[in-house]
Amino acid sequence: MGARISLRSGGAPEAFLGLWRGRLLCHKAGMGTNHTMSAGQAAALTMSGVTLALGGRSVLSGVDLVVPDGALVALIGGSGAGKTSLLRLVNRMVQPAAGQICVAGQDVAGIDAETLRRGIGYAVQGGGLFPHWTVADNIAAVPWLMGWDKPRRLARAAQLMEMVELPADLAGRFPGQLSGGQASRVGLARALAINPRLLLLDEPFGALDPETRHALADRLGALHRAQGLTTILVTHDIADALLRADLMLVLDAGRIVASGPPAEVARNPHPAVQALVSGPLELARTLTGLAGPGVAG
Amino acid sequence: MSGLDTLPAALAAHLAISAAALLLALLVAVPLALVMPARPWLRRGVMGFASVVQTVPALALLALFFPLLVLLRNVTGLPVPSLGLLPSLLALALYALLPLLRGLAGGLAAVPDAVRDAARAIGMSDWQRLFHVELSLAAPVVMGGVRTAAVWTIGAATLATMVGQKSLGDLIFAGLQLQDWRQVLLGCAAAAGVALLVDGALGWCQAGIAQRRWRPALQGLVLLLAIGGGVTGWWLQSLPASAAKPVTIGTKTFSEQYILAELIAADLAATGQPTSIRSGLGSGIAFQSVAAGGIDISIDYSGTLWTQALGRRTMPPRDVMLPILARELKARYGVTVAARLGFENAYALAMRRADAQRLGIKTISDLARVSRKLRLATDLEFQSRAEWTALQRAYGLGFADIRSFTPVLMMAALGDGSADIITAYSSDGTLAGNDLVLITDDRSALPAYDAVLLVAPGRDDLVARLARYEGRISVDAMRQANWQADRPTDKRSPAQAATWLKAKTGL
Repeated sequence: MGARISLRSGGAPEAFLGLWRGRLLCHKAGMGTNHTMSAGQAAALTMSGVTLALGGRSVLSGVDLVVPDGALVALIGGSGAGKTSLLRLVNRMVQPAAGQICVAGQDVAGIDAETLRRGIGYAVQGGGLFPHWTVADNIAAVPWLMGWDKPRRLARAAQLMEMVELPADLAGRFPGQLSGGQASRVGLARALAINPRLLLLDEPFGALDPETRHALADRLGALHRAQGLTTILVTHDIADALLRADLMLVLDAGRIVASGPPAEVARNPHPAVQALVSGPLELARTLTGLAGPGVAG
Repeated sequence: MSGLDTLPAALAAHLAISAAALLLALLVAVPLALVMPARPWLRRGVMGFASVVQTVPALALLALFFPLLVLLRNVTGLPVPSLGLLPSLLALALYALLPLLRGLAGGLAAVPDAVRDAARAIGMSDWQRLFHVELSLAAPVVMGGVRTAAVWTIGAATLATMVGQKSLGDLIFAGLQLQDWRQVLLGCAAAAGVALLVDGALGWCQAGIAQRRWRPALQGLVLLLAIGGGVTGWWLQSLPASAAKPVTIGTKTFSEQYILAELIAADLAATGQPTSIRSGLGSGIAFQSVAAGGIDISIDYSGTLWTQALGRRTMPPRDVMLPILARELKARYGVTVAARLGFENAYALAMRRADAQRLGIKTISDLARVSRKLRLATDLEFQSRAEWTALQRAYGLGFADIRSFTPVLMMAALGDGSADIITAYSSDGTLAGNDLVLITDDRSALPAYDAVLLVAPGRDDLVARLARYEGRISVDAMRQANWQADRPTDKRSPAQAATWLKAKTGL
């Protein structure tokens, strides 16, 4: 598998002036950027020259990326690197100062924010389950927003609970009555509720014990493939990311410093990359008996 | 039991004003609480203001709205009422603001950021997020604030009586003055009972919301409606059948006023004219009410009107004062002096007979020689009145200690030895009852306090009907009638004392 993700910091602004003309067609994925994706292949998500400042502080600068359809991307980086902000840009929870973001070839700036968000599966950091809604209501939140009737919502919730391996009798419980693993599964099910093409997961398994985390990661991997999803997963579990992800993105201080297949990223000499991957890499090697870097490819 | 007949109307008015004030406060507090979190300067300002309001005694807050609304009326030229419903509503709503804001701010702040974020991330609109997530989650804490505010408001609404708004305070203040403790207790118990019931009902609502169960929330709602409906029904049932607009007689907070109001009310009622009595008005408020037409008839005293309403500092003899007073009240306020009742209820100083004899005090001049060793107890307003200044100027009076009390407790202070001299009223029945002597104002420093009937502007029909009271009530008759209502044993109700007075004076 060749490098299907491109990166370039500090993109040429003139290439993106079209952004301000309102609804517009996206640049063909990576046009004007140093991309390596083969022509004609659809990109689930592209960012070109994206810059973000929050409260006068620069959070992301010059982010260019192309996520091909169907990829499971692990987004890693130290805390404060801008991982969550990058996800929030995709569904317009924050607005970029410059640059263009396209989902399935459409500029998100031209899509109504609420419509866009309902179409993207998003699990926020910390779960964010509504404590006053039952498990079934939480899972069927987006269908409710879309105006589905109650029987249809309940049926969908039951289906999703089965998909994420939650016992059906939890449907009437409230989030406060769930274990951490169960709550994470509810968050995942909620994000999947209306079969989104794109799934954004912000540390969905952050606070769980390793056993539960691995079980959930397995389940996510299976769902990702079965549903033909494009998934971007922010994670601190580097070893897991190295093993499972198709592609990895490494953020450091608001810039993408490495991207590509895990084996390639692991060889990247950038100090920020090495600080993140060297330890887990040892662990991954030990666990899988891999001989050396790059074998995963 | 006395007061029982006025209870339904007082209770209904009390509940209505409390509910209205609470709703008004909610209407202000909810939007404020929603915009405050993003604006720290606004939050500091609003919470600081609400806290300061809370430190102002409720009575003062109510009273302060009177000059404020008068100013507003003068500045805008709009017919803004300055007494009764409006000042009560505004003051009580302000008072309810702090617990409501605390509840709202606390409840909203407790909504986890991740939950807020998730609501946005799944595509909820701002309104959906507000109602289905933020306010729903905050509701139990918010309801806690609403409960506190409801109990405070129902309690504080008793004070609305002082600015001319009917409330359960009518029973409490009248009872306090008449030392009719059962009536005081009735007013207090009714207020406390309503507060407890409302608190209980809101508690059910709170529990229902917190547990997301319909049953308790519905129960609470039904109880609230039942309280409102029951009180309204009782009140409607207690209303007289007559549809004519009643003549309203206002009274200040002492027995003489209650008795005379009953006397006039019975008199008018005998001619088929429905009447109602607005009892327990503050001294200045009573005059302002009659001037504003909020009440039709009030009973006042020439010296009080001279210094308070006209702001005069000189103290001319009564023959000079009365014609000027009548002319000026008519010219400045449109208020007519319909009759001079014939007795005087002068401000005076009184002391125990034994003390007066021992110290050889008959006149205020005598008193001035030894007063610096004595302790004075006054009513609440005396020290800020022109009469006190006049006494000090004329006699060089000074006391070892001066404290102010409500009139009833002032008498008690003299009784238990914590005061030597009190301010008294010359027609007060308790003077004789407690073996007190009045100290003569030998230099005529104080004006005359002839009791007069005042009639609101535009009620000339009443002026004619009240003219027959001119000079008919002697100070002796009034003192005896007052004593019947004030004495500790064998008490008469104001209505009974009025009946006695009617027979005695042949009116």
